[in-house]
Amino acid sequence: MSALVVEALSRNFGGLRALSNVSLAIEPGERRLIIGPNGAGKTTLFNILSGALNASSGKVKLFDRDITPLAPYARAKMGLARTFQITNVFPRLTVLENVLLALLAADRSVFCMHQRMHDNERLFAQAHACLEHWNLSAIAARPAKAISYGEQRLLDLILAMAMQPKVLLLDEPTAGLSAAEVVRVVGMIRSLPKEITIAMIEHDMDVAFDLADRISVLHQGCVIAEGDVDAIRNNAQVTEIYLGAD
Amino acid sequence: MSDLAGRRIKSSNAAAVLWIAGAIVLAGVPLVLSPYYAGLVVQMMVFALFAMSLDLLLGYAGMPSLGHAAYFGMAAYTTGLLALKAGWSVWFALPAGIVLAMLTAAVFGLLALRTRGSYFLMITLALSQVLWGIAFGWRSLTGGDDGLPEIPRPDLGLPWSMSGNTPFYYFVLFFFLAGAFVLVRVVASPFGYALRGIRESETRMLALGYDVWRYKFAAFVVAAAIAGLAGCLYVYFNRFVSPDYVHVVRSAEVLLMVILGGAGTLVGPAVGATVIVLLENLISTYTERWVTVLGIIYVLVALLAPNGLAGLIASTRRERTRA
Repeated sequence: MSALVVEALSRNFGGLRALSNVSLAIEPGERRLIIGPNGAGKTTLFNILSGALNASSGKVKLFDRDITPLAPYARAKMGLARTFQITNVFPRLTVLENVLLALLAADRSVFCMHQRMHDNERLFAQAHACLEHWNLSAIAARPAKAISYGEQRLLDLILAMAMQPKVLLLDEPTAGLSAAEVVRVVGMIRSLPKEITIAMIEHDMDVAFDLADRISVLHQGCVIAEGDVDAIRNNAQVTEIYLGAD
Repeated sequence: MSDLAGRRIKSSNAAAVLWIAGAIVLAGVPLVLSPYYAGLVVQMMVFALFAMSLDLLLGYAGMPSLGHAAYFGMAAYTTGLLALKAGWSVWFALPAGIVLAMLTAAVFGLLALRTRGSYFLMITLALSQVLWGIAFGWRSLTGGDDGLPEIPRPDLGLPWSMSGNTPFYYFVLFFFLAGAFVLVRVVASPFGYALRGIRESETRMLALGYDVWRYKFAAFVVAAAIAGLAGCLYVYFNRFVSPDYVHVVRSAEVLLMVILGGAGTLVGPAVGATVIVLLENLISTYTERWVTVLGIIYVLVALLAPNGLAGLIASTRRERTRA
């Protein structure tokens, strides 16, 4: 049973065919990198996987269950987490509150109106442990908008990880980071538990070849190549797309 | 971590002390001030409650409603009509007013919650004006723009008659404290934190597994319940209800109270309500152009204190510690 299956997925924006008949099957525990030039449809694919966009046609299956009609929150509850290409955290809440909200989603007190959030010692302990684990305890009390861009990217990833997902979608986690920060984020992704299935969009080829079990290449809305790192590295068509034909 | 926990307990103690001090001061008002000024404080409490309920939407959930008077007015008409025409006692007329306000919010919520931002503002405005049109046009029931006069004060079956100003003051104080307590608890609850998350990023909340619509709907109905309570208290205070209660000017006024005081805190809107009620009473003795003055205040707040009085105080304090 595959963790995440995409069957003949298409998506049109008016006359533009952003995705055309895309099919993928990602195995449990796999690190699948999705690469392709700008406008290839990578983020559109992720938005359909997470439910933020509807597919024009085709199916998405999570552990053999058809999730195509489900809302984003319902998919999240089934263990599908994502990060965003444009950092998406809660800017005016503190880093600790950001993590608390991520943990609270799965807590049974989540819809409770009469208890005080601060009385939930277990949740606070969990949140502090989470920040400790990722070495962010020092900035726990600062508003998310006041921490560095690199830390915000980390926080985005930590929010997704706090959900204890089965499948994690990472949309260019290294976008806009300095070389040192890229090393930190890549180390962090490498340290994630092996049983988590990861699909990741990446522009940096070194990072992609470094992390991938398998790679899918998207170009103009179609999957034009799929295979392990060596196969993609030696694929003439992929080279042509990235370096241009001579 | 124990340090953080300690700070938490200390700050919640300080808040409790402030609350008790505030309640004691309010309880002493009729003993110190003349009936006219005690009446002014009653209005302040009513509008503070009204503004705080709107802030649950605007300041916490990030939903800018320009039709909040719909629930205030709906409850006022319901309670007023039941007390006047059906002779219902306060024990039934007041809860009925609140329930009708909540039902109205549930129906309006189904329509308005499909939108956000300025579209949400426009549709809440339009929906509330529908109620205004009904209140204005259905003369046989509502008395049209003459309103409904001579609504009786509540009879609690106590030895103190509510037609006396002092007993009625305590009647309002009780419900003000009860309503404010509900809001304070809701805001501090996990639900309240989820609303802040929705204000900050809806897409993030969805990706985390929150059914955002459900939270917004619940917030909409809870805010309407408290706004309804304020409307019930106001109709018993004035012994009168007219289409003005539902009008967009009333909605704009309460929105201004929230913005003037500072959205996103509960104290801010209460302060905003106090200032606006005071100004309205003061200025109305000199001119009839209160709405113009209201507009000027709005412009000044937008230019000089976009985060309201609470934001102004916080930023000057920050600057002082930096200097």
